[in-house]
Amino acid sequence: MQAKLSLVALSVVAAFALSACGQKEEPKPVAAPVAPAAPAPKPEMVVKLGHVAPMTGPQAHLGKDNENGARLAIEELNAQGLEIGGARIKFELLGEDDQADPKQGSIVAQKLVDAKVNGVIGHLNSGTTIPASKLYSDAGIPQISGSATNPKYTQQGFATAFRVMANDVQQGKALGEFAAKQGVKTVAVVDDRTAYGQGLAEEFKKSALAAGLKVVADEFTNDKATDFKAILTKIKSKKADLVFFGGMDAQGGPMAKQMKELGIKAKFLGGDGVCTPEFMKLGGEATEGNFCSLPGMPLEKLAKGPEFKDKFTKKFGAEIQLYAPYVYDAVMVMADSMKRANSVESAMFLPEIGKTKYDGVTSMIEFDQFGDLKGGAISVYQYKGGKLEYVETLGGGTVAAAVAEVKEAVAEVKDAAKAVAGAATTAGAEAVKAGAEAVKGAAEATKAAVEKK
Amino acid sequence: MKRRRKAPFPHIAVDLRLMDIFLQQIINGLVQGSIYALVALGYTMVYGIMGLINFAHGEVVMIGTLVTITVAGTMIKAGMPVVLAGFAGISVAVLVCIALGWGLERIAYRPLRNAPRLTPLITAIGMSIVLQNMAMIIWGRNYMTFPPLFPKIQYEFAGANFTAVQVIIVLVSALTMGGLLLLVYRTKLGMAMRATAQNPAVASLMGVNINRVIAAAFVIGSALGAVAGVMVGSYYEIAHYQMGFMLGLKAFTAAVLGGIGNLGGAMAGGILLGLIEALGAGYIGDLTGGFLGSHYQDIFAFIVLIGVLMFKPSGLFGEKTGDRA
Repeated sequence: MQAKLSLVALSVVAAFALSACGQKEEPKPVAAPVAPAAPAPKPEMVVKLGHVAPMTGPQAHLGKDNENGARLAIEELNAQGLEIGGARIKFELLGEDDQADPKQGSIVAQKLVDAKVNGVIGHLNSGTTIPASKLYSDAGIPQISGSATNPKYTQQGFATAFRVMANDVQQGKALGEFAAKQGVKTVAVVDDRTAYGQGLAEEFKKSALAAGLKVVADEFTNDKATDFKAILTKIKSKKADLVFFGGMDAQGGPMAKQMKELGIKAKFLGGDGVCTPEFMKLGGEATEGNFCSLPGMPLEKLAKGPEFKDKFTKKFGAEIQLYAPYVYDAVMVMADSMKRANSVESAMFLPEIGKTKYDGVTSMIEFDQFGDLKGGAISVYQYKGGKLEYVETLGGGTVAAAVAEVKEAVAEVKDAAKAVAGAATTAGAEAVKAGAEAVKGAAEATKAAVEKK
Repeated sequence: MKRRRKAPFPHIAVDLRLMDIFLQQIINGLVQGSIYALVALGYTMVYGIMGLINFAHGEVVMIGTLVTITVAGTMIKAGMPVVLAGFAGISVAVLVCIALGWGLERIAYRPLRNAPRLTPLITAIGMSIVLQNMAMIIWGRNYMTFPPLFPKIQYEFAGANFTAVQVIIVLVSALTMGGLLLLVYRTKLGMAMRATAQNPAVASLMGVNINRVIAAAFVIGSALGAVAGVMVGSYYEIAHYQMGFMLGLKAFTAAVLGGIGNLGGAMAGGILLGLIEALGAGYIGDLTGGFLGSHYQDIFAFIVLIGVLMFKPSGLFGEKTGDRA
């Protein structure tokens, strides 16, 4: 009896010892004593990526869109079964809500720092990204934002701060020049007093003044307002030809509508924050014919754009609102840097982010010494029949744009050649000469386009 | 060199000549103020009887708007006439809000009726957060567009533009206030309400069913909230699960400004607040020569509020209630 008991006790002890062993040396694969048929499964390592955007509040729809972009990227990466440093990598997304509020942004940033995330994607708003970037920099955590466009974010001298979108200096400048081209003489500027809205409005003003326009009114609202009649009435009294709004769609839509109700004939112009389907839904027919801009090229014009759009809508059953492709690229750039560094440690792969040369959905992603996207293009869109219609791309020098231009030039050459051929058979030498000149011109255009890039 | 003396406010003369703009700002303020007043009536109704600030009232307004969107929007999409859809939408919204108001009182406030005054205040804030999140789960995070229930007619008067909806809003809030005054001072229920407000214990000894009176106050306040929600929705044609918060805060300010607990005061406070905001945003920049811009419009409104409370702590039309501060 006693012997039996002691046997039981022994086995219990042994079991405990074994399980303790197992806990300590987790990565040790179960050694197959006989058949070495299947290779030992690689140990799995969880890489935590933080994602921050407003998931509640007036910009929650954009925050959800961003998070969906990140989620799509992470699912694809996990499906690929990436191996880094001899371990199978499983990415995990820690989604946080900063309510588009700078105070809350810092709180959740600290939370992510404490959770020891390997990298951070976000935040959505410049106003929350800038204060949070200090915390990430102090902790040495790389941060890539897909949508914070205020120039200050990357100008603070933090080695950890990157963005995959053109900044507001580029955007404001392009918009100012675009406004001047529209033939307006006087502009009124409204901003929502956030880091993004204010920054964009300032850059727009600078550019508009440089282009010879007159700023007749400088008005302000906030990012929770719905009533703009008072400031719009004032703008009406100043007789502006164009109203520029630095802010988001939730304010821009009703603003455009109220402009119409007040009988203001001025045009409406805005940046990326109002370049959304939501804006048109909220503004109704008041948005028709007006313009807005988005950093980067339109998805349809990009090699991988339509494919991304299909994947996104199929997975989430929702239209892309705004920044989802950029956030998707931000995650991919981070994973790509980890791959090149062959490490998931922040300190190890951080230097690799700066050397990124990644062919993403939105553009060829390369960073300058500040962490800004190299040669970010700005595209202008028009609201037409409830859809955003692409108008033109200003500035920038993305590879995609260059390729598109070269293609167009090549097509021109071909057309010209056809014309020559046609002309040669039917008409005389004069036509041939004209055709030859056209070919020459097209060839020069090609050359210029290539050189420009 | 002697500097030329400048007039203290060089821009006033210029702006007063633009009478059409001034009139437009008055209209803007009046409509905005009527919306505040309509919501403020709901606050004041409950406060007048129980001395409780129902912070969830802004959320009742929000739910009223969202329910109308769902009901009327679906009916319009199904091809029913707008009048019918609008009527159904508003009726369902009022019913839902009445149920909500009654439920709030039953669940969150009645058990705490004899608790210290701070306790129901905190449950009120709690209920506000619960309702917001509930609405987020039901209706989602996206902005919703309000179906056009009222005809879109634009009027022009002396250079100022206004729409039919704006006229309706001003009329509805004026009528609502009138109706409430009649209810409180001319009916038996109103008498019971006033008795309960003065002294619940004595009122109950006189045969007033306190529970029923207080529930009635909540029900009426919430029905008004639904109406306010429909008005806000048709005016801005946009709705969101967080729209009630700021609106509630402003309306509460309006109620305090006019003297909380006083129906006429809520109306006056709301319109005053609306006018201050519109005129503040419209003229403060020029009055100060660009030193203060339109981003000070809220500050301007709150300065007035602080001023009123300093010199007349019970609000513009508030009665001195002694123990009820």
